[in-house]
Amino acid sequence: MNFETTIGLEVHIELKTHSKIFSPSPVAYGADPNANTNVIDWGYPGVLPTTNKGVVADGIIAALALHATVEKHTHFDRKNYFYPDNPKAYQITQSDKPIGHDGWVEIDVDGVKKKIGIAEMHIEEDAGKNTHERDYSYVDLNRQGTPLIEIVSKPDIASPAEAYAYLEALRQRIQFTGISDVKMEEGSMRVDVNISVRPVGQEKFGTKTELKNLNSFNYVQRGLEYEEQRQQQVLMSGGAVQQETRRFDEKTGETILMRVKAGADDYRYFPEPDLPALNISDDWIKELGDAMPEMPTKRRERYVNDLGLTDYDAMVITQTKEMSDFFDATVALKADPKMAANYLQGDVNAYLNEKQVDLQATKLTPANLAGMINLISDGTISSKMAKKVFKAITDGEEPKAYVEAHGLVQLSDPAKLQPIIDDVLSANPQSIEDFNNGKKRAVGFLVGQIMKQTHGQANPQVVNKLLMAALQQ
Amino acid sequence: MNYFKQDLASLHADLVAKKISAKELTQATFDNIKATDPKIDAFLTLNEDAALKQADAIDAQGIAADQPLAGIPVALKDNLVTKDLKTTAASKILENFNPVYDATAVSKLANAQMVTIGKTNLDEFAMGGSTENSAFKTTKNAWDQTKVPGGSSGGSAAAVASGQVPVALGSDTGGSIRQPAAFNGIVGIKPTYGRVSRWGLIAFGSSLDQIGPMTRSVKDNATILSAIAGHDDHDLTSSTQAVPDFAADLNDATSVKGLRIGLPKEFLAEGVDDGVKAAILAAADTYRKLGATVDEVSLPHNKYGVAAYYIIGSSEASSNLQRFDGIRYGYRADDVKNLEDVYVKSRSEGFGEEVKRRIMLGTFSLSAGFYDAYFLKAAKVRTVIINDFKAVLKDHDFIMGPVAPTTAFGIGDEIKDPITMYMNDVLTIPVNLAGLPGLSLPAGFSNNLPVGMQLIGRPFDESTLYKAGYAFEQNTDFHLQLPTLGGQN
Repeated sequence: MNFETTIGLEVHIELKTHSKIFSPSPVAYGADPNANTNVIDWGYPGVLPTTNKGVVADGIIAALALHATVEKHTHFDRKNYFYPDNPKAYQITQSDKPIGHDGWVEIDVDGVKKKIGIAEMHIEEDAGKNTHERDYSYVDLNRQGTPLIEIVSKPDIASPAEAYAYLEALRQRIQFTGISDVKMEEGSMRVDVNISVRPVGQEKFGTKTELKNLNSFNYVQRGLEYEEQRQQQVLMSGGAVQQETRRFDEKTGETILMRVKAGADDYRYFPEPDLPALNISDDWIKELGDAMPEMPTKRRERYVNDLGLTDYDAMVITQTKEMSDFFDATVALKADPKMAANYLQGDVNAYLNEKQVDLQATKLTPANLAGMINLISDGTISSKMAKKVFKAITDGEEPKAYVEAHGLVQLSDPAKLQPIIDDVLSANPQSIEDFNNGKKRAVGFLVGQIMKQTHGQANPQVVNKLLMAALQQ
Repeated sequence: MNYFKQDLASLHADLVAKKISAKELTQATFDNIKATDPKIDAFLTLNEDAALKQADAIDAQGIAADQPLAGIPVALKDNLVTKDLKTTAASKILENFNPVYDATAVSKLANAQMVTIGKTNLDEFAMGGSTENSAFKTTKNAWDQTKVPGGSSGGSAAAVASGQVPVALGSDTGGSIRQPAAFNGIVGIKPTYGRVSRWGLIAFGSSLDQIGPMTRSVKDNATILSAIAGHDDHDLTSSTQAVPDFAADLNDATSVKGLRIGLPKEFLAEGVDDGVKAAILAAADTYRKLGATVDEVSLPHNKYGVAAYYIIGSSEASSNLQRFDGIRYGYRADDVKNLEDVYVKSRSEGFGEEVKRRIMLGTFSLSAGFYDAYFLKAAKVRTVIINDFKAVLKDHDFIMGPVAPTTAFGIGDEIKDPITMYMNDVLTIPVNLAGLPGLSLPAGFSNNLPVGMQLIGRPFDESTLYKAGYAFEQNTDFHLQLPTLGGQN
């Protein structure tokens, strides 16, 4: 039996605003429990929410970044449920008229491009956090009211690999807008997935299961792969898939039953009466759209078509907006694009990994990287010397000044090199004889002697050319 | 002197002239309350120490002529949140609740240096029309202590009517200021929705609730509304409309001349007592004599208001009251085994019967499968009612009618019959649904109990209502008749 898979993803993205969505409390991490809260966050009697306009702007930006239609006449709704981390016992969210709908992103799996539809995206508040100790449970409301955007995919995702690619595309586009850090490891991007399989040709979707504890894109893909196989086997053995929630086990790569769903929850949604409806003007949408940075897909096209980068290089450079901006700025300073891309993917990435920092947290600047690349291009320094220069520019040093201060300038002038070569040849007649007897190794020895005489500053290409000419005379 | 019958202007004049100090007035107020409150049970909490201290400070500073409210006592309905002063909403679930902040209306009066005397009784969470739903005590009508004071702002109404305080704040979701004002023969206004900030008012029906003043005269009422009204950054439903000095215009007893008044036939229909009807018809004649025209008009969908209100108000309440869950503040049941127990037991034991009834009604109305038939339908009815009012107010300056179909009923008479109780609000509820201002003022007596007249105006046109109320007051003497309770009044 052949099966087809349908995957749905609900992605929560935490916005980088200064204050919460409905209260003036700061959005910040690492504070003492409940330090970043006020009466609104506590769900205190008599309090009212006020809408953070910046969150609405971010919602519009997300909608535009994901090719969605912005809902111009929208409002908030209440989603009612009891839980200790939910102090009002309702979440202010959008149910009826989400701020964006009918968007898409393009994915590329093994060279095959596909558009994945986005059903809707809405803005809402996050809940607090419960922690449990032996005799007590504690509630920390610092996270309560942190602004979120929830993005719900259409049932277009047909494989775990596509799910991975969809998440990567979402992450990149949102990252480029700057409204969120979109880091799963830090919780600023969270993913809920559901998956169903059905025999090819069956019209009705199969029964879906939900997966929890998927804390990286890799785990999402692996959890889905396991679950896809598991459901197929259940169906092939004549069984039926249960509507249930399963937990991904990172160690075994398996999914484990958490709970079986009995009927749908009733959240009794209704329009939030404490907040006026939002009327979003065309001017505001245009203003936000005009201010949006160029998206990664556009940049990749530009890098490949105009700058001659490979698809792979373009993809790596556009992982983050910071990297891509750095690249653009470096190239704008006349650095060779291919070399700039190589340095960013190679030495720069290795440096970031080693130091475990983001690019913007380093002392590297496009001006200094471009300066170094240009010194290589014009032959002032060799690639080998560049290793030292690179280390210097990670410490914020200006490459030209560094090269001069440390005498790293390459010796390329034949008029200056010729006498040195002549001296080395006179001092090593045996090597000339060896060369004439066909022992090519002698050249290596002679070059080594020349480099020694010049303290490594001789331009190897020029030395080679001059030496060969002298030997073949 | 009898401070307990004076209006705000004369109290202010006496304070400025130092005929009495703020402290003396405050002390006299507490003495009087202690003498009279055993009969009417208007107060839940007295703020004696802090009030006397505040009065002292005011005296030390001196009261200037441009501080019309400084040193004057005020009582607050106990669903208005007050910093460090117990706020219960007359519910066991908030029995020992001491808030950390002041409602905006409260801080505005505090900034005007009014002295908070205490917190008045109400129906639990403002749900009811008799103040019998209080978890703590039943307030009595200032005129007849066998009768209810109305509700839910029954404590505030009885306190003002009996002379305990010259001013109290109430809140009105379906008539909770106007009906008790009518039952006690005083003046109360439900301002236009958005006129007064709801920040710090413990929410019942968020799209209906408004805070308003309760006083013994129209002018006093106008003075206090100007003091508490205005946009508040804490409440996005509060309006940015300019707030006039409502009292400043009140000096012409004939200012209704040429106005067109609508008297809806539905407001005098079946169910309205003859005595009430007679008082309203007499009031219409008074307005005619003053040069206004009074036309019979129709609000054909008025009768659907009660049903729509009990769905919308209860739905909002069912959500608003979920925060009382025993987790962070308020009552938490003992002997709980798990989280579900904390919720179920705390709420079952903490809430009274009427509150639970409305939570169930609202929860049902919002449930999947019923939402369209109930909540959504009620929202549509609300639009129809708004349009009824718009049509009449297009060519009428305001609408007049009774506040309630009857005068105050007996304690215990209706409390077992929710539907009858709900129908008491048939004439006030549509005003909340439409968000319009409604002024309640004394218009006569029936069976020796006060009859209230209701004036309903265009959005944010409280001015016209106050002018018309003032003109009526100047040409009648109902507001001058006061109940006798003993004590110093």
